[in-house]
Amino acid sequence: MSEDAITHTGSPAPSTGRALMLLALAVGLIALPFLVQALGQPALVPLATRVLIYAIAAASLNLALGFGGMVSFGHAAFFGVGGYVVGILYRTYVDDGLFLGLIPGTSQLLITLPAAILIGGLLALTIGALCLRTSGVQFIMITLAFAQMLFFLFVSLKAYGGDDGMTIRRRNELFGLNTRDDITFYFICLTVAALVFLALWRIIGSRFGMVLAGIRQNERRMAAIGIAPYRYKLAAFVISGMGTGLAGALMANYLRFVSPDMLHWTKSGELMIMVILGGVGTLLGPLFGAAALVILETVLTSWTEHWQLILGPILLLVVLFTQGGLNGLFNRLGIGRSER
Amino acid sequence: MTLVLEQLLNGLQFGVMLFLLAAGLTLIFGIMGVINLAHGSLYMVGAYAAAFAAAQTGSVIIAILAGLAAAALVGMAMELFVLRRLYARDHLDQVLATFALILIFNQSVTLLFGRQPLFVSVPPALNGSVELLPGLTYPIYRLIIIAVGLLVALGLYLLINRTRIGMLVRAGATHREMVRALGVDIRLLYTAVFGLGALLAGLAGLMAGPILAVQVGMGEQILIMTFVVVVIGGVGSIRGAFFGALLVGLVDTVLRAFLPGLLRQVMTGSEADALGAGLASMGIYMLMAVVLLVRPKGLFPANV
Repeated sequence: MSEDAITHTGSPAPSTGRALMLLALAVGLIALPFLVQALGQPALVPLATRVLIYAIAAASLNLALGFGGMVSFGHAAFFGVGGYVVGILYRTYVDDGLFLGLIPGTSQLLITLPAAILIGGLLALTIGALCLRTSGVQFIMITLAFAQMLFFLFVSLKAYGGDDGMTIRRRNELFGLNTRDDITFYFICLTVAALVFLALWRIIGSRFGMVLAGIRQNERRMAAIGIAPYRYKLAAFVISGMGTGLAGALMANYLRFVSPDMLHWTKSGELMIMVILGGVGTLLGPLFGAAALVILETVLTSWTEHWQLILGPILLLVVLFTQGGLNGLFNRLGIGRSER
Repeated sequence: MTLVLEQLLNGLQFGVMLFLLAAGLTLIFGIMGVINLAHGSLYMVGAYAAAFAAAQTGSVIIAILAGLAAAALVGMAMELFVLRRLYARDHLDQVLATFALILIFNQSVTLLFGRQPLFVSVPPALNGSVELLPGLTYPIYRLIIIAVGLLVALGLYLLINRTRIGMLVRAGATHREMVRALGVDIRLLYTAVFGLGALLAGLAGLMAGPILAVQVGMGEQILIMTFVVVVIGGVGSIRGAFFGALLVGLVDTVLRAFLPGLLRQVMTGSEADALGAGLASMGIYMLMAVVLLVRPKGLFPANV
């Protein structure tokens, strides 16, 4: 987080290099399923889908963590609850019952995703309103505490699978598309991811984003010029929770399975690692970070069962010897300029 | 009544174990400002080294020494090669680096000892129970753990409050720059404090061996609870770590022991067990949330 960040945060006029890079990224992501199919590697499509879903979650976390300076160690809560929204709605739909005697189930993606966003937001509002009374390490730990509470809550809910989780027999439906098809689902996720990144880009460049950056750098100064930091931080935390809930809903659809694993603290850690690996407080960093971690994990797992022994030192080297994660590394290598 | 007393003793025993870990963690955090997620790995290293030495030699003394030495040496090496470079960085980098260390430690131990948990038997001399009160018998080994934990607490209190090193530690926690400016070799102090923290973690690990299974991942389970203790007690405060650990140990043990039984009176058995176990696990996190909301700096904040 550089000191001059605020001067760069306002809607950046992208340089030609950066615009070219974005264009190449977009073309690459759209062409990817056809390309890997032509190369005879169709198994790479689900992998790319997973990258996109994690990128949404990590980018949302980054809004709180990187841009808002709120180091949340509990974002798995929103991720998992988003997943459970899909799972519970589907279960209710199959049983033809009412959730809590009020809410009918559904398997329509256009309903489950907004529901996950809504619930993620409400949860973030509750947790954030309480947690933002603390800061620093205490904030890290209290967000972790809330996530752990939810983790154990879902473990003990036998009606929804408890420890074992529950399977979702079919992916949610969307306009009669065959969502079971990997490529179709990839494009659904790509569309959602594009919308999320667009929204985040607008938010970061807006007045709200400027205030947020200001609060991160010097909360007292912002308070002195008449801005109440608490409300802005809470708003950012809620938006962050909404995005992470959305990612969780997509992940539940992707896996056709939800379990308390999605809420485990290591998931919060993983999301954090993606953000740090990609570059804290950068727009596209989380995408690179998610891609790096997911791909690295997949490749290393195929090599050896002791893949963590290779991943660990790589992460260590990244922390010790690169500043600003992969995005920072790209910048120094001169591949496009990113806004900070 | 004896059941309640027994559970209270169990809670106390769990509490002092947590204290051994929390004391190191809170010192490391309070003085160096480092969040060390890999502290649980030192606990694991201590447990494995002691279990291995015990299996090889059969000697309790050698097992204890091996556990302590391994944890302290690994801890100091960790400080020397990794954490030393992270003091000036923000918490995020520390979290990522120490998370990476967890991966490395867990995999190395898996590689060396396999995935099967090791089972360690209680040393024969300490095997058995004593009757504390009429009708209340309690294992000697657990009583020894409680005693060791309380002795360490007393020792730490004396070390921190009555010795020159303790004075430097206290000064380092509140006015780091000033201590450095006065010509104290702060790097040596840091390594020493880290070694002490690692030693205590190793002590907790080697004592946990005979009660719990020695397995990969044992460190992370207890690490999260240790963080809860540190935050409840107040970051950087040994006194806070002590009372926080006892509180968390007692609350967790008592909830686990009695909540399912209470719930069973209002609902069916299996559901009550599941919900009771879930709520009992949530208990300490609720405790922590409440404490932080009422006193955001913890119960015994270090720098007031």
